[in-house]
Formats: sequence, structure tokens, C-alpha cells
Amino acid sequence: MADLGRAALVVSFGLALYAACAGTYAALQKRNRLADSARNALVACFGSTIVAAIVLALALVHHDFSFVYVANHTSRDLSTIYALTAFWGGQEGSLLLWLLVLSGYGALVVLLNRKLLRDLIVWVVPIMGTLATFFSFILVAVASPFKTQVPPLDGAGLTPSLQNPYMVAHPPMLYLGYVGLSVPFAFAAAAMISGHTDERWIVATRRWTLTAWMFLGFGQILGAHWAYIEVGWGGYYGWDPVENAALMPWLAATAFLHSVMVQERKGMLRVWNMILVALSFELAVFGDFLTRSGVVNSIHSFAQSPIGGWFLGFVVATSLFSVALILWRLPLLRARTKLESALSREATFLYNNLLFVALCLTILWGVLFPILTSVFLGESRTIGRPYYDFFLRIFGLPLLLLMGIGPLIAWRRSSARALLKTLRWPILAALIAGGGLIAAGAGSSHPGLIAYTFCVFVLTTIVVELVRGTRATGSLLQLVARNRRRYGGYVVHAAVVLFAIGVAGSSAYQTNVERTLKPGQSTRIDGYTVSYKQMQKIPSVSESGRQVEDRAVLALGGRAHGTLDTSLINSSLLGPSHEVGIRTDYLRAQDLYVILSQQNADGSVIFQILVKPLVNLIWLAGFIFLGGSLITLWPDAREQRRLVARLALARG
Amino acid sequence: MTALILGAIVAVAAVVLVSLPFFADSDVIDAPDERAERRLELMDARDRALAALKELEFDHRTGKIDDVDYRRLVGPLRRAAAEALQGIDQQAKE
Repeated sequence: MADLGRAALVVSFGLALYAACAGTYAALQKRNRLADSARNALVACFGSTIVAAIVLALALVHHDFSFVYVANHTSRDLSTIYALTAFWGGQEGSLLLWLLVLSGYGALVVLLNRKLLRDLIVWVVPIMGTLATFFSFILVAVASPFKTQVPPLDGAGLTPSLQNPYMVAHPPMLYLGYVGLSVPFAFAAAAMISGHTDERWIVATRRWTLTAWMFLGFGQILGAHWAYIEVGWGGYYGWDPVENAALMPWLAATAFLHSVMVQERKGMLRVWNMILVALSFELAVFGDFLTRSGVVNSIHSFAQSPIGGWFLGFVVATSLFSVALILWRLPLLRARTKLESALSREATFLYNNLLFVALCLTILWGVLFPILTSVFLGESRTIGRPYYDFFLRIFGLPLLLLMGIGPLIAWRRSSARALLKTLRWPILAALIAGGGLIAAGAGSSHPGLIAYTFCVFVLTTIVVELVRGTRATGSLLQLVARNRRRYGGYVVHAAVVLFAIGVAGSSAYQTNVERTLKPGQSTRIDGYTVSYKQMQKIPSVSESGRQVEDRAVLALGGRAHGTLDTSLINSSLLGPSHEVGIRTDYLRAQDLYVILSQQNADGSVIFQILVKPLVNLIWLAGFIFLGGSLITLWPDAREQRRLVARLALARG
Repeated sequence: MTALILGAIVAVAAVVLVSLPFFADSDVIDAPDERAERRLELMDARDRALAALKELEFDHRTGKIDDVDYRRLVGPLRRAAAEALQGIDQQAKE
């Protein structure tokens, strides 16, 4: 079957190359039949990639160790679902998933828009084809998942931390997000090449961008929860380069989703939007380079690999292409209107964009700095949490404040008097909340106090907006149904507020202690009593190696009752790993979090014990974010009709 | 052998799909010409002005914008919408 997989990938490569070359020639010569043929090649490329993906999935499920990839990432004792998870657990399989998603997006986009946006689609096809050509070439010539060998008795197995339900959904979500950013990039490039830089490309790609952004955002929340319950260091986001690689394009795409509204309404920020689309896409590909090249040491990255150079070349080539296109089309992209007032909705969007991009570039510098110092100075330097936390506060807190002010400012121009009148309730609520928090002892962390005060401010503005809008239209349902984009956006804002409360609570106000306990000893922390009862040794042997689990059993008292287990697992093949003990208090939305750090020779055990207030709001925020995004994404029949009518009218 | 047959089927299906459009009638890409481009621009301007007027009315009704600012802003927006509509009408007559 490996031959079939290889053949399918070669066919995919040929079809993608044809879509790129024939599509370009057809668009230049305005040849309709050839353009349609190139479009069909892109669709067929998806079909043949599906065949390759099925071959690999079957090999994984059937433990066919004649496939080197299957032997390296699975073992006989692995359940079917985790054997399938290994599809994206290694370099070659995850590349195949990337190509599958890319060609899938490409096929769907060109089929759905083939009539409506014909003049743009003829250029979208060769651009998506070029991207697919690169990934299929890498799969055919550099990192094939279909290399074969004499089958060993058993495989190497999947890293225990990847054997988690979150790993079933988290990587595919991220891939749908990363790769989805190719669609707005392809449309933006098509608009610039064809010279049709009117607003149609923005209307056509808005939902694709939102979809990619939603998957990337929700995928990161899933990843954070996985890290929290599985990695065992007590946190959920470590500013790891590969984690940052997902955050950066999401930040750039968030900026784009805001600034695009200014272009739609006022025809401004056209160059800026092109830059943001290109930046989001380039950062997604750069993230792929970071994960795959081995230049950074991360729990999320793949091993050192020769494909790093190819990816670096791809990032450089696509970046140069984007810059050249924008410079070429600058005269077409110049704004026809100007900012009328610094106190207007579009001005707040501009400020929010500057903050998003500043935060994004600061993180990029934090990722690049250790790589550059290593390459050019031969020194190993790292940038740690204090750097990122500092800039998160510097840029994140003003962003939070703007999220409250923005919706209450009118488009075009607002007077200070009208603004103060509109903001009086949110300001009052924020001042009362701030005072109340200081009185309750929350003033120990200034960033935490400011974040909470701003959160109350934003939540009140959302409520004020809903109340005023309902009064103006007479019905809340009608209000939301008429403008799903705006009110779905407010739901996303509410999710961001919950997220900020969770992050501030679990980082600024967490308790983190280390205790050495012998069996029978207890410790008290934030109202919880934790007693170390006993240590259980649980050995197990499988064909993939020996494993010993040292499981500490703890009894809880005070705010929680019952027992809690935390383990240190030593595997002969895969090394040590932790299983943390978590007890959730749903009323307080907080967790008691225990890590077995070390066992001493005298029988005592060092436990790291954390109490993380409000941490569960972060996960709740993820689902609200998803709900808000779906409201915003919901098809708008009126918008579609307008687009169809406009194009029909344009054709006369 | 099965793999070879399946591979051949995939390749043949791809070739058929890619070749089908060559049997179509028209070989001209249906793209907007210069006149249509101008019409699209006018329609963009019209839609922007009408959307802005709608937003302005809503902002005024919800108290985000006071009477003085409303009166100052509504005139230019109405003019912009009227100019775009006139432009579209004029082009249709030509």
C-alpha cells in the first residue's frame, strides 16, 4: 500500500504544479478553458491527497510497521484513536495533514466562488497551486511518510503526553487555522495581480479569515488546557517559541479582522490590510518553519530535520513576493478618504491595530533573538517569561480598555461630551469594581487590579450596547439577527474578558508552594488540607518497553474532600513524565493542582502545590469564543445577494 | 497489484477531470472590463455611503452621537450617496 501512497502524492504534486503553471498562463492570456482545467487540477489534487491520507491512516490503524513512519510513532498496545492521532504526531504525517487541509481549502474556495468572483479566482488557483506544489514536493522528495523497511516486531510508541484526548483535536484545529490563512492571502494577492482591488475580495474572504482565526484561537485554548493537565509544570502557556508561533498569526489576523471593517466602510487602510493579510500568512508559515526545522528546542517541535532550509527559503520567497506585489500596486491601493477625527470608531480601530501589531512583533523578536544570537554570535541566549509578561501588560491592558471604548464611539466623529455621556455607566461600574477589589485585598497585584477593573468596564459597555440597541430596535433577537457580525463580535469580546479574568486570577493571585512530606504528614494551603497517604509502585511491561508509575495518593480536607493522585512515570523507552492531580472547585472556578516533583531517599516526597483562582474561566472563555465566532460566521443571505447583484450589475 | 490498479485509477480520474474543461464552448474569461470596473467603484461608494448613513442613524438613536454632530455629518453622507447613485444612473444611460 505504500506504493499507492507514494503514487498518490506524486499525482498530487503533478496536479498542483499544473494548477500553478497552467493557471498562471491562463490568467495572463485570459484563456477560459485552460483556467477551468487548472481549477479542476486543484480540486483533483485534493482528491489524490485524500487517497494518500487514507493509505497512511490505514497503515497506522493496522500497525503496519513496514512503514517507517508507523514504526517510529506507534506501537501495538496503542489504541486505535491514538494510533490515528500519530498521523500528526510526527514530521511527515503532519506535513501530509497540512497538504490535505491546504488542498481541501483550495478546492472548496474555487468551487464555491467559481462563478461569483471569476476574475479573482483565475489568479487564486495558481497561487493556491503554488503553495500546494511546495508542500507536495517536500512530501515526495524530502520527507515522505511512505518510506518502507523490513517490519520490526513492534514500534517505538507515541510519547505519553500525546496520548491525551486533547491531542485528537488540538493539532488539526491549529492546522485548519494556520493553513486557512492561505485563503485570504491568495485572494489578496489575486486582487493585486489582477488590479481588481475593489472591496469584493474582502467580502469574499471575510468568512474564510474568520474561520481560520476561529480554529487558530480555539486550537490554542485546547492546547493550553492540554499543557495544563498533561505537561505538569503548573501553567498553561509557557511563551514557548512554538506556542508563540500560533499566537503571532492569530494576533495579526485579529488586527486584520478589525481594520477590514474600516476599509469596508470608509475605503481606508487598504495598504495596511494587504500588509496584515501577508503578515498573518507569513507568520503562519514561519511558525511551521520553527516547528519543523529544529532551530528551537520545544516540547511541541519535531526533531532536527533537513526540511528547515526548504521552509526558510519558502518564507523568504513568499515574503519577497508579498512585498513586491504591495509596492507594485501602491497607486491602486491608496486611500480615497482620510481620518476625520482622532475621536472616532475608525481611529480606535487604528489604535487597536497598532497595539496588536506591536504585541505581535515584540513576541516575534522574543522568538528570533535567541536564534539570531546563536547563528551570528554563537551564543546561547534565551528570552524568558518576564520579557513577554512585561509587553503583554504594556500592550494587552490598553487593548482591553480599547475593547470597551471602541464599540461606544461613533463612526467618523464623536465629541468628547457625547463620549463621556455614553461612557458614564461603564466608568462608574469600573470605579466601583476597582474600589471593591482594593477593599477585598486584590490590590496586591497592580496589573491584576487594573485588568479586573478594565474587564468590568468592557462587560458594562457590552451590556449598555445591548440595552440601547434593544431600545432602539424594540427586540434583542431582531437586533442580533440584523447585525450578527457586530453582536457575535461582542460575544467574542465577552469571551476575551473572561479569558483575561482567568489569566489575571490564575497568574497574579495564584498560590504556589513546595512542600516535602512523609507518609502521614499534612500541609495547609488556602483553606485546603493536603495529606500524603502512601506511594504506590505500578510496574507494567509491554512490547514497547518497561514502565514504572510511582503514584502518590493524597487525602484532601478543608475546602475539598476525598483523595487525589499524582504520578511520576518512568518509561524505559520514552523517559520520565508527570501525571498531575487536579481538584476543581466549580463554585470558585479554581483548581487545587498538585505535582509530584521528586522522591527522596528517606521516603519523603517533594510536592509542588498550587491553588489557581478562576483558571477555569479560561476554558469557559474558549467555548464562548467559539459560540461568538459562529454567530459572526453565520451566512448572511442579504450580504450574498448584494454581492451577486453587484457583480451582475457590473457586467451590465 | 491492487495498489498499482488503485494508483492507475487515481491518475486516470485526475486526467479526466483536468481535461473536461477543454470540451467547453467559450474560451473567454468573463471578467469586468474598464466600464464595469468604474461601475463597481461607484457601487462601492454607494454602498459605503448608505451603510454609513445607516450607522449614523443608529448611533444617533443610541446616543453615541449628539444632535450637533449628527447634523454636521449627515449632509456630506447624503451628498456622497446621491453622487454615487447619479453616477450609476448616468453610466447606465451611456
